[in-house]
Amino acid sequence: MLTAENTQEWMNKFYLKIEQNKDYLSELDTPIGDGDHGNNMMRGVEGVKQGLAQLQDPDLKTVLKTIAMGLISKVGGASGPLYGTAFLEMAKKSSDTQDINQLIDVALAGIKKRGGATEGDKTMIDVWSPVAQNDTITQQVIDDAIASTKDMLARKGRASYLGERSIGHLDPGAVSSGYLFTALLETEGTL
Amino acid sequence: MKKIINEPQNAVPEMVDGLVRAYPQYLERIPGSEAMVRSDKDSMIGKVGIVSGGGSGHEPSHAGFVGKGMLSAAVAGQVFTSPTPDQIYAAIKAADHGKGVFLVIKNYSGDVMNFDMAKDMAELDDIKIKSIIVNDDIAVEDSLYTQGRRGVAGTVLMHKLVGAAADQGASLDEIEKLAKAALPHISTIAVALSAATVPEVGKPGFTLADDEIEYGVGIHSEPGYRREKIKSSKKLVSELLAKINQEQHLDPKHQYAVLINGMGATPLMEQYIFSHDLLDQLETQNIKPVFMKVGNYMTSIEMAGISLTVFELADSTWLKYLNYPVETIAW
Repeated sequence: MLTAENTQEWMNKFYLKIEQNKDYLSELDTPIGDGDHGNNMMRGVEGVKQGLAQLQDPDLKTVLKTIAMGLISKVGGASGPLYGTAFLEMAKKSSDTQDINQLIDVALAGIKKRGGATEGDKTMIDVWSPVAQNDTITQQVIDDAIASTKDMLARKGRASYLGERSIGHLDPGAVSSGYLFTALLETEGTL
Repeated sequence: MKKIINEPQNAVPEMVDGLVRAYPQYLERIPGSEAMVRSDKDSMIGKVGIVSGGGSGHEPSHAGFVGKGMLSAAVAGQVFTSPTPDQIYAAIKAADHGKGVFLVIKNYSGDVMNFDMAKDMAELDDIKIKSIIVNDDIAVEDSLYTQGRRGVAGTVLMHKLVGAAADQGASLDEIEKLAKAALPHISTIAVALSAATVPEVGKPGFTLADDEIEYGVGIHSEPGYRREKIKSSKKLVSELLAKINQEQHLDPKHQYAVLINGMGATPLMEQYIFSHDLLDQLETQNIKPVFMKVGNYMTSIEMAGISLTVFELADSTWLKYLNYPVETIAW
């Protein structure tokens, strides 16, 4: 169950993972994108950190909305609106439920609607969707989902221009989404 | 990496500052943003606003085309990264003078999504918004299974058309109609000699051997359709013109505008040589362009290469729009 407190802790852990893997994310983005996913996500988690630091005793909805606005206004590219929409949808739904599985479901629906992509297109959806489908999120589910993007042919975004040449590379958005869910697993009381 | 910059992460804000300070007669920075609006506010009164933008690294696009007769405002994202919705929204607000705002968007997933979110925000303020998604790059097949064709140098011709129409008092609906009608007649194809380096990344987006070129490369180092050894200007023109002919079936009975665009590191000397060869080869098809521009309009940082845009002037008003006087840094 998400609370205002553990969601902020989740974001602290996500920040650290992005910080540690910034260069790796950009490297993954080089053969099939434009080599800046790590830098863009770093700007985003900085924005989230700054936004959250200004809140005083916030409720869950405010925390989720602040995360969304931080990502939307700092990441840019395609990842900004997609991650931002995910958290915005969670913020809206958080008035009804704090259940993480239900919140991930609405976030996934938002990502699909915003980007027009679906499962198998070699995008972040290929991590979000298996995580949403499994009642119990485990590191194995996350790792398998990330690995599955390697053999996929990109059909959306910049990687789609590569056609067959996109096969054999992990999708950087799937990898950064993996960090988000690993950070969630490591945050006590969220599941 | 060898560049005249300070901290790589400050490249965009410092560039925007430099632009608005060097050209206060054309541009003002919208406070708290990396968006720029026309200084000549009177020229926007009673007219539809035209807003464009995208990632930085394509200078003089897009701010270089802000001014009377062309864009009302432009948004500069991070290098090769779409601007964020709040920035685009700031530009829309500044460009709105009650007649609505028309957005010129290049077909990249990030640009489309961020402009879409900004559009939603502006509509909450009751600002009427319409838009066109430019996809003039014929290097990639238009397919439902990819992002589709990219928006490249032909976007500048779109800015010129809709900017001229807006300045002459066209309504938002009329501008949308014009943009939709013109879009399928604009085709662009490029060849790259070397890659661009994004300041924050520090290394080139792809590598080509010293004697190698790649046809069809996009303005963010997206891959093209073929690599081969460097050829003469005449042979490069033949290759690119053949692609354009496949797409447009150039016909002496029609009128054409041509934009030859340097990608950043290609000297004007080479662009003029390419122009000479292009005009020669068009002549063999009995075609003489009625409008031509040669220079750096939609660059890709320091990529060496050139793009060829051919615009069939299917409507006689389009040539008038292209020739309509503007007050901008770069047209």
